[in-house]
Amino acid sequence: MLTVLILVPLVGALVIPFLPAASARAVGLGFSAGTLGLGIAALTQFETGGGMQLQEQVEWIPAFGVNYAVGVDGLGILMVLLTVVLTPIVMIAGWHEGDEAPRSYYAWMLALEALSLAVFCATDVFFFYVVFEATLIPAFYLVGGFGRDGRGAAAVKFLMFQLAGGLVLLFSVIGLYVVSADQGTPSYLLSDLQQLDFSEGTGRWLFLGFFIAFAIKAPLFPVHTWLADTTEKATPGTSVMLVCVLDKIGTFGMLRFCLGLFPEASQWATPVVVTLALISIIYGALVAIAQDDALRLVGLTSLSHFGFIVLGIFVFSTQGHSGAILYMVNHGIGTAALFLTVGYLVHRRGTALISEMGGLEKTVPVLAGLTLVAGLATLGLPGLSPFVSEFLVLLAAFDYAWWVGGTAVVGIVLAAIYVLWMYQRIFTGGGADPAAHDAAGHGHDAGDAEGDAHGATPAGHGQSATTTATATATATAATTTVVPDASRREVLAVAPLMVALVFFGFYPQPLLDLSNPYARDLLAQVGVQDDAPKVPATGAESGE
Amino acid sequence: MDYVSPVIEYAELSPLFVVFGAAVIGVLIEAFAPRPLRHVLQTSVAAVGVVGAGVATVLVGLDLAESGAGRGLVGAEGSVVVDGPTVYLWGLVLVFSAAGVALFSERKLEAGVPVFAGAAATLPGSEGEREASTRGLAHTEVYPLLMFAVGGMMLFPASGDLLTMFIALEVLSLPLYLLCGLARRRRLLSQEAALKYFLLGAFSSGFFLYGVALVYGYAGSMDLDVIHDAVSNGSDDRALLLLGIAMLAVGLLFKVGAVPFQAWTPDVYQGAPTAVTAFMSAATKVAAFGALLRLFYVAFGADRWNWQPMMWAIAILTMLVGSVLACVQSDIKRMLAYSSVAHTGFLLTGMLGVQSPSALADGEVTSLQAVLFYLTTYGFATVGAFAVVSTVRDANGEASAFARWVGLGKRSPLTALVFSFFLFSMAGIPLTSGFVGKWAVFTVAGASGAWPVVAVAIASSIIAVYFYVRYIRLMFFTDPEPGRDGVPEVASVTVPSPLTSVTIAVCAIATLVLGIVPGPVLDLAMQVGDFVR
Repeated sequence: MLTVLILVPLVGALVIPFLPAASARAVGLGFSAGTLGLGIAALTQFETGGGMQLQEQVEWIPAFGVNYAVGVDGLGILMVLLTVVLTPIVMIAGWHEGDEAPRSYYAWMLALEALSLAVFCATDVFFFYVVFEATLIPAFYLVGGFGRDGRGAAAVKFLMFQLAGGLVLLFSVIGLYVVSADQGTPSYLLSDLQQLDFSEGTGRWLFLGFFIAFAIKAPLFPVHTWLADTTEKATPGTSVMLVCVLDKIGTFGMLRFCLGLFPEASQWATPVVVTLALISIIYGALVAIAQDDALRLVGLTSLSHFGFIVLGIFVFSTQGHSGAILYMVNHGIGTAALFLTVGYLVHRRGTALISEMGGLEKTVPVLAGLTLVAGLATLGLPGLSPFVSEFLVLLAAFDYAWWVGGTAVVGIVLAAIYVLWMYQRIFTGGGADPAAHDAAGHGHDAGDAEGDAHGATPAGHGQSATTTATATATATAATTTVVPDASRREVLAVAPLMVALVFFGFYPQPLLDLSNPYARDLLAQVGVQDDAPKVPATGAESGE
Repeated sequence: MDYVSPVIEYAELSPLFVVFGAAVIGVLIEAFAPRPLRHVLQTSVAAVGVVGAGVATVLVGLDLAESGAGRGLVGAEGSVVVDGPTVYLWGLVLVFSAAGVALFSERKLEAGVPVFAGAAATLPGSEGEREASTRGLAHTEVYPLLMFAVGGMMLFPASGDLLTMFIALEVLSLPLYLLCGLARRRRLLSQEAALKYFLLGAFSSGFFLYGVALVYGYAGSMDLDVIHDAVSNGSDDRALLLLGIAMLAVGLLFKVGAVPFQAWTPDVYQGAPTAVTAFMSAATKVAAFGALLRLFYVAFGADRWNWQPMMWAIAILTMLVGSVLACVQSDIKRMLAYSSVAHTGFLLTGMLGVQSPSALADGEVTSLQAVLFYLTTYGFATVGAFAVVSTVRDANGEASAFARWVGLGKRSPLTALVFSFFLFSMAGIPLTSGFVGKWAVFTVAGASGAWPVVAVAIASSIIAVYFYVRYIRLMFFTDPEPGRDGVPEVASVTVPSPLTSVTIAVCAIATLVLGIVPGPVLDLAMQVGDFVR
């Protein structure tokens, strides 16, 4: 079942390069829709009781004790669903993003989907490592091949960070093998590795390797710097795949490997990790506020969100874990919606600079509304699904220590600032008169699609320059008035996300049914006693 | 005095005889065959020789396998050892030699003439050179030279005593020195490379020979097993032994291009005809590492604690110097040369692991097996990469400068993709063979407690990723700048002869298959057992 799930998009990725370019989109979408169907089928076979299910195992490299082994638990199935849902949405939303080379765009997209699914399904550490690293290749080509100027440098930065993390992880993966070989027959199966006894020192070293890799992936302060550049230069669709799917591997890995294999070391590292998470929450929100580039802003908000998720993971309580898992899903939905809606806007205006937009509410009311809902979800408005998870994580944080919870709450306030201020600057006010800006000599039109004059035009640059600027400004003003509202395709793409945000905001139980047994099992394994959360239902209501 | 005729095991040594026989026939063809026929005859003889030797190797291997794993025989009066590792290395050298023959016979890239100089004896730029060029002369001697080098490479890791090892070293080196100077284009660079390689190589051979003398002084014999016994029993005069080990190490580490003996690598790799570079970088490394392992594991295995710190230091230096210097290269062949230095470091890391299977859990890999597997993966990726380099050309022949490769991904997506696949393999990204190889050598080193070396290896892998990825970015994500006349000065892909294409395809497939299903080849490497004394 899971093997088929992984293979279908992979086959798609291999087939598309040989098809005529015109049909690449439709075929790509078809394959991703098929994968979605299989993902739902997998969900119907999944029982909510907990434990690893739908397992398959074949010997792969006997010399290394490596198996091809897949299976999903509550956490895995949620991540699988997130992946299979987001991929077709991204494809529909970014129908024209890969226009210059549709075959390679859709092939890489499907390859990325297949490898991400394999990551979430892997129950053999070696297999996990292989696909974990392999996801970087399609991601690298997607970032570098499609998007805005400077994407090549962004792609290299992205790959360097990720591969550095991956190689640090390799150190630990090799260490696992050595320990496993010392204690009997070497094996990489998760179930075998959990039986191993690590000495305190060894366990901590290995934990560090895993943690650093996942912290870069997630990303966590101070190894987050690739995030802003990548999301700024890549297409919004690529960013969704990176931030909402691929980065989840970081927190997924923390739960499954850091906590699952090295409980002692995880608790040993908790103070540092919690501190880093808090810094990420506050710092991410602060730098997001300061951004003028809308896509960069949305990218950086994720730093703050991942801070919350990591916080939830490392406070060691069912509430925290359940909240973190829920947060992973909700962040995937909410941030994807925000990326896509802002992406629509950037596509229309030809620029991502917030200071060049303004007053768009009147011209594109539907788009404004969609962006607002996505934004409000991101800031954790009660009634939308991210609130539930944020609430759970905060409760757990307060349980852990009052000052941790207190600091995290500041992050929520800051979230309100970056979202609402961005909305205000883009959609409200009288900024729809860009000519005024240009008269003031700000020369904002440098990155504009119509403004083909590269580089800023500073004030008093000479007569001809001013003329060009004015001409461009007029052109921009003209486009502002005729900016089309969200098309049917665009609305259709984000509609499922909006529905999910509202639905799970009021009724998060289906998600909790999947995440709670997993959190319970994990804590039992870590050796922490805790009650299952009863808060979500009341939490959601009290928030109303 | 009775004359006792030596016993030669013809069956077991047949691969060597076939290769040397083909080389000698090649020389005779040069002497007697008419010029127009030579190219066809030489290529056929070389091809038959390589394939025949390959078949013979397989037969010898099967024979050994039947007589039980880990068995072997010390033949030719103790001077040649045919055991599991030998057979594996023979096979590997022959595979890369086959690629060598295919690349040497390339005549389409230069529009009908080989990639070698028309008349190597003429001065570059002279009347004689032009005449040779217009008459379409070609040096078909390259094939016997190649076969002699292959013979030397096969004998090198199979040597049972130090003298045979030295002779094999010379037999493999001398033809390579010559081949390096035979480029058709940029001949001065090529001749400079040959001279540099020859001078430094001769110097390092001197070191090797001196080491042989010192070790003989210590052990009283050239035979590796006698040396082993002497080292195990331990005599008082350690100074001779340690100096001898150091001198021998200089000679061998020069051949594999380890720091601080790597200085020749970039110049020679760049100057030599790319077909020669492809063959040399892969096959020489295989042969030299085979010899290095045999010498240090068999002869000096008991003295491990004395040479191991030295190897730690050299491995660390080699990896760091190789990967850091590769970052600042602006020529693809030089970049690949430094990358091969870094790979030497990774191979040396693998050498630091546990050497005897008995000290390991069932199913674990030993150092020897890991290194053998790494050599396999590295060789395919390197041959493939250099073969691709030879097809990317502009008006002046091969365009190995970085700037010429800008935007190649848009002009020739398939070639660029294949090339980046080889680079990904060298960088050790999963789903390529390079990753499995790296995993194997790092693991054996880690299992024996060489964690600091593994940490450095991982750090240099991170550095290495940078220069590989920079190249891929250049090919795919950068648009060429217009040149002086508005047209971008970039290179394009010339369609090579089918043999070259097949070589590239085979290397790419091997790299992919070894990355996804490394099991069979790993099993093969695990069956070779240990060196036989």
